[in-house]
Amino acid sequence: MGRKRETGEKVQSGPGRKAKKQKPPSRFLNEEERGNKKQLSRRQKKRLKNRLEKATAIAEAKKKANERDLCKKLKNHATELVPKVGSKRKLPDSEDSAEESSEEEFGSALGKESDYNEKKDDDADVSGYTDDNKGWLKPKRRASQMEEEASDESADEDSDEVADEFGSSDDSGEDKKDEDDIEDDLLPVEKAAKKLRKKEEVNRKLAEDELKTNIAESETFILPSGQEIEKDTQTPDLAIIQQRIKEIMFVLSDFKSRGEQGRGRKEYLSQLCKDLCTYYSYNEYLMECLMQLFPLEIVEFLEANEVQRPVTIRANTLKTRRRDLAQVLINRGVNLDPIGKWSKVGLIVYDSQVPIGATPEYLAGHYILQGGASFLPVMALAPQENERILDMCAAPGGKTTYIAALMRNTGMLFANDANKERAKAIVGNLHRMGITNTVVSNYDGKQFPKVMTGFNRVLIDAPCSGTGVISKDPEVKVNKDEKDILRCSHLQKELLLAAIDCCDAKSKSGGYIVYSTCSVMVEENEWVIDYALRKRNVKLVPTGLDFGREGFVNFEKYRFHPSLKLTRRFYPHTHNLDGFFVAKLKKFSNKIPGQTKDKPTADNEGSGDTEVHTGREAEHK
Amino acid sequence: MRPLTDEETKTFFEKLSKYIGENIKLLIDRPDGAYCFRLHNDRVFYVREDLMKRAGNISRENLISLGTCFGKFTKAGKFRLHITALDYLAPYAKFKVWVKSSAEQQFLYGHHIMKSGLGRITENTPQYQGVIVYSMHDLPLGFGVAAKSTQECRHTDPMTLVAFHQADIGEYIRSEETLL
Repeated sequence: MGRKRETGEKVQSGPGRKAKKQKPPSRFLNEEERGNKKQLSRRQKKRLKNRLEKATAIAEAKKKANERDLCKKLKNHATELVPKVGSKRKLPDSEDSAEESSEEEFGSALGKESDYNEKKDDDADVSGYTDDNKGWLKPKRRASQMEEEASDESADEDSDEVADEFGSSDDSGEDKKDEDDIEDDLLPVEKAAKKLRKKEEVNRKLAEDELKTNIAESETFILPSGQEIEKDTQTPDLAIIQQRIKEIMFVLSDFKSRGEQGRGRKEYLSQLCKDLCTYYSYNEYLMECLMQLFPLEIVEFLEANEVQRPVTIRANTLKTRRRDLAQVLINRGVNLDPIGKWSKVGLIVYDSQVPIGATPEYLAGHYILQGGASFLPVMALAPQENERILDMCAAPGGKTTYIAALMRNTGMLFANDANKERAKAIVGNLHRMGITNTVVSNYDGKQFPKVMTGFNRVLIDAPCSGTGVISKDPEVKVNKDEKDILRCSHLQKELLLAAIDCCDAKSKSGGYIVYSTCSVMVEENEWVIDYALRKRNVKLVPTGLDFGREGFVNFEKYRFHPSLKLTRRFYPHTHNLDGFFVAKLKKFSNKIPGQTKDKPTADNEGSGDTEVHTGREAEHK
Repeated sequence: MRPLTDEETKTFFEKLSKYIGENIKLLIDRPDGAYCFRLHNDRVFYVREDLMKRAGNISRENLISLGTCFGKFTKAGKFRLHITALDYLAPYAKFKVWVKSSAEQQFLYGHHIMKSGLGRITENTPQYQGVIVYSMHDLPLGFGVAAKSTQECRHTDPMTLVAFHQADIGEYIRSEETLL
């Protein structure tokens, strides 16, 4: 039998081994070329250290000897020397008195830097001139150097002469000679290299600047005409569209100078809108709304919607602690980190070798998968122990379980959801997390005030269009139009009023209502709150969340109550959370304005406003 | 929602005592408040009394759950414990079985426990005794019935069943809809 002979031609399956061949080490070559420092081996470093130590020791001894000698000699020849020195000194001093000190420093610094240099052995001798004559010893040398930088010998002679003049011992002369050698050795090469590099850098910078100015001057972006675009729409080329988006954004960022003559800003905007719609596949209504919301950061927002938010989990403080949980999960091969400073129970999961939603710890209720943004409304609600709390739109129970955990299973928690199927998910999560203080009901939220009122706190995470969680559900991009938004908004207003009615203003610890949505639209957020402010005796209070953007007070055609800046908005591109809105209201009176005097009529702006004013006065008292 | 009848109470407590014995009375006389058992939709809920009274506001058809669900009465009138009762069964359990981490996953998928997966077992467990199943890190995983007594377990071969599976926490995922 044996192996069958392969008759077919062999087809090469990949680029082959040679393609993977390592490239030559470019880094080292470059460094050599530049004449940079050579890396020393460990032994070399050790030897160098020893040598240095020896040198400093010798220098110290020499210095002492020097000092003694000089002192003696100075005493002897004091009268002779002083005038000489003066004359010698004056010339260089007048030339570069300012430079001197800095150059001296530079020299010594260089000495330190150039440890690797062999000639540096006696370098420490520079410090040999720390006695009282250092002031007039150096200038001479410097001057000589300046006059004839190239020739070492003459400099040496010069220094020798100086030494002779003083009649000092041969030691000091030698020292100087060495030093000069070093400096001469270092400086011409290094200085030249440095100069060259500087020059190159300057050149490059200039070239870049030139390029930029060229672009700015010559290339004003020209908006394509209608026909051109029509051609495009038949076969949209995404690369071209993306380029155009970039260019239009560039023009719009400084329209006065970059805009084309005779073309209005509106034309640019409508073109940008169309391009964004095709590129990110949104419908035009939604894109217009988003462009109003994010005039500057629209692209960032849209890009952030294309990326999934990180998976986050919340530790169940009833059963475990975050630290223990993190340890257990790390042992299971999960890569995680705390979510941030703002939460003590959240963890971000980067990657995991096991399904994070099916570990034994998950099943035992030690944690729950929950988006980071859904922590926020509960943190704003700040539930206390032994309170009666209502979660009006509770499914699937992430926020409910968090509330119960903060209450430590005391008090009473009512979780309501209008959808019976989804309410089952609440039950599952509650039991898994070991929560016993909760009643799950299935009412339409609007009817809840008829069932029960007098809650200390109410959380309403209203159903919404979901424009903040497009990354989770991209359907939103195309299937939401103005009607849907307004329908959501209407429902939210009704629910919020119902939630406010359920709350008890007289409760000692509470009287708070937290409203949240996962939408970024103003119609579903600020508008709803503003409506509630007019219709009920409530006021906005700080949410207690120290990050996030302030809510809009003025937006396009809307003019809201100034306190709306106390609300908080969260965006995917700035906070890496889902798009979210959180507002915290405090109820200060159980009266329903307008109901005692006359039956509540449909939106009567004037009367509503006056009620709010009276309410605010009451609050001041 | 109503209190249990005498007969229901009897069957229910009989079942419960298989797992926690006379510790049942600890469930009823609690120092931290009065608790009671209530029947709703054939299911037995264990709930604090003041919470139960408040829940009375909610009409029968709209009430889904309150407190902790212990299990349900079958149409035949027997009582079946649900995994949701584990939080109360585990601390009072009289007989326990620990499974090795290799067999943990098996049990969570609804399989019985074999001798090879058995880590530890309470001394003197009689045959057909209700047991609570733990992982080796003392994490309650579910409950079942001992198929063999402790004595017999010592001498059987690794492939024999030592405990029958009744409920495990994997059911929170596998059968969320039928949980309640």
